[in-house]
Amino acid sequence: METPLIEFREVTKRFDEKTVLDKADLLIYENQITTIIGKSGSGKSVLIKHIIGLLTPDEGSILFRGKPVKDMQKKEWEGYRSQISYMFQNNALFDSMTVFENIALPLRQTTKLRKKEIERKVMSRLEQMELADAAGKYPAELSGGMQKRVALARALVTDPAIVLFDEPTTSQDPIRRNTILSMIAHYRKQFGFTAILISHDIPDVFFISDRILLLWEGKIGFHGTYEELTRLKHPMIDEFLQSIEGLRDELTGLLSKEMFRSRYALSLGGGQADTTFTAVIFIAGVDHSVDLPRPQAGIEVLKVLGEQVNNYFGPLGGFSARHSRDKILTILPRISPQEAGQLVQDISQGLSKVLPGMESLTPGRIAADECFWLSVSAGIAEATSAEDIDEIMLRAETNQKVMVKFQCGREGVTQ
Amino acid sequence: MESTAKDNFFLPFFHAIGKKVLHIINSLGAAAIFFVLSFLKIFRARQFREIVQQVFYIGAKSSTIVLLVGLFTGMVLGLQLYYTLVKFGSQGVLGSVVALTLIRELGPVLTAIMITARAGSAMTAEIGNLRISEQVDALYTMRIDPQRYLISPRIAASIISFPLLTAFFDLIGILGGYLTGVVLLGVDKGAYFYRIREYVDMVDIRGGFIKSLVFALLVATICCFQGYFTHLRTDSYGAKSVSLSTTSAVVYSCVTILISDYVVTAFLM
Repeated sequence: METPLIEFREVTKRFDEKTVLDKADLLIYENQITTIIGKSGSGKSVLIKHIIGLLTPDEGSILFRGKPVKDMQKKEWEGYRSQISYMFQNNALFDSMTVFENIALPLRQTTKLRKKEIERKVMSRLEQMELADAAGKYPAELSGGMQKRVALARALVTDPAIVLFDEPTTSQDPIRRNTILSMIAHYRKQFGFTAILISHDIPDVFFISDRILLLWEGKIGFHGTYEELTRLKHPMIDEFLQSIEGLRDELTGLLSKEMFRSRYALSLGGGQADTTFTAVIFIAGVDHSVDLPRPQAGIEVLKVLGEQVNNYFGPLGGFSARHSRDKILTILPRISPQEAGQLVQDISQGLSKVLPGMESLTPGRIAADECFWLSVSAGIAEATSAEDIDEIMLRAETNQKVMVKFQCGREGVTQ
Repeated sequence: MESTAKDNFFLPFFHAIGKKVLHIINSLGAAAIFFVLSFLKIFRARQFREIVQQVFYIGAKSSTIVLLVGLFTGMVLGLQLYYTLVKFGSQGVLGSVVALTLIRELGPVLTAIMITARAGSAMTAEIGNLRISEQVDALYTMRIDPQRYLISPRIAASIISFPLLTAFFDLIGILGGYLTGVVLLGVDKGAYFYRIREYVDMVDIRGGFIKSLVFALLVATICCFQGYFTHLRTDSYGAKSVSLSTTSAVVYSCVTILISDYVVTAFLM
């Protein structure tokens, strides 16, 4: 069995009378994105602050690759800490330093790198984060989103093996929020670090997570994949999801996944009655072979697609939800597959008009060496309510055809 | 029964006093440990640049206000002492009296108070702000020892700046006394400087120097300590706690300067 990278064994932490962590057991595996969810004030930040040593447990132990951190020699402890980076909820940037100085600080203070080498590393991170123009600015001169990216650049500049993200998307709009999450997923793949994330952004955060941990009343109430979380019928999870998940997906304006399931059950007697209906799956595909800022383009496309789907299918009694990072499923109870096909055609025409006007696809925003493609595909399937939603999705996906494709350098959107 | 009633009456009183005394002892102990650790970290690598920067903030940037106060202190001393000494026909010793007063007492004390007001309060506010905005924690997560990075350079810079500024204060104060005594009131110019050279000994200068060093350590430690632990205040949070810590730092520093001045003087006499 794989040894966890980080393990909590019955960790208890109290602040005065209040017990925040109550014999919490936790397992974090290498090269995964683990997301910690839980209600506000449930102790998520306290939990990850224990990992980096900002807090120490009152009881219990924390193990790194099977070795208790409290038994580590000073050198070993420093070695452990050198592998971890922490991105603070409020960024914790140094206001009196420029963006460049903020990112260079850990290199200047903890490495023996030469000035030129530090400059090269910092500028490379700044360029990756599209912040090269802001190098000489102070954090107060930047927008909230840019500050987040500076904090992310600072967290990654030391090439850490483990990065702790404490609510990295707080106070961001849905597009920026998804962009940051995509950036985390992208950089995790690129640099190969283990990410531990605290986030309330449901469902967006689930789409990038390998494992989810639910912190509930001081204990880890659930750990597993997103699919396991949604399938598990437990009052604790229902209560949590209801408390945190809105009725609608903020990015697309479509129903939240939970609302979708309840609407499906109500209108079609999901899983019991044998009603026939049409399901349409939309898939936004983005060229993953190139670097950023493609995530933003992909997210903007998803947002536009959500609006179009809502506009066309909503008045006809259809209902839709995002089922993964880039997939939207629509259920059309009183529409035949042929009629659905005609509607999909209309949507693709609408999209081909809207897409070229999107901010991230305007020619001035894309450099010649950054050319990429993105596409929207649709698949239609006839289904019965006795079928499982995942099965229906799979079947619709096998029928998918490209509706629109954008490729820079070509003539905008092609159909 | 009567004894129990009395006990109940005095118990809360002594309990409150005991609690306060314990708190004070605890804080003094914490400040002492804080100072020792920070002082030792002055000699770690990568400190030179930070120390120079802090000497600029604490020393160079305080020089104008210190020199201004020094000048007027010397001038007012010259004025006051002239009219006192003239009653005894001893106005010739004006230079030495002004110089001794400044070198032994007023120079170190007033310089320390001026630096506390200008740079000490800024130290507390800056460190306090770093603390409440998690920037101190951010340093820790980047494996930068916050005490080494934030506190040690300030203590080192204070050790350098306090005696230097005190020397400037004394010098400009003596010139201030010269302005009122010699230029305005007609004391003999030669006598003014001759008496200074005759009566001011090395031991006086050394005493003033020792005092300014003691004040430097006390002020830097108190101001940094208040800022560094501003998040542990129980009477307020956030920006309010920074403002209260800054006030406490200035008050404690000034009181400590005056108390330690007496203690050091008693040892030096």
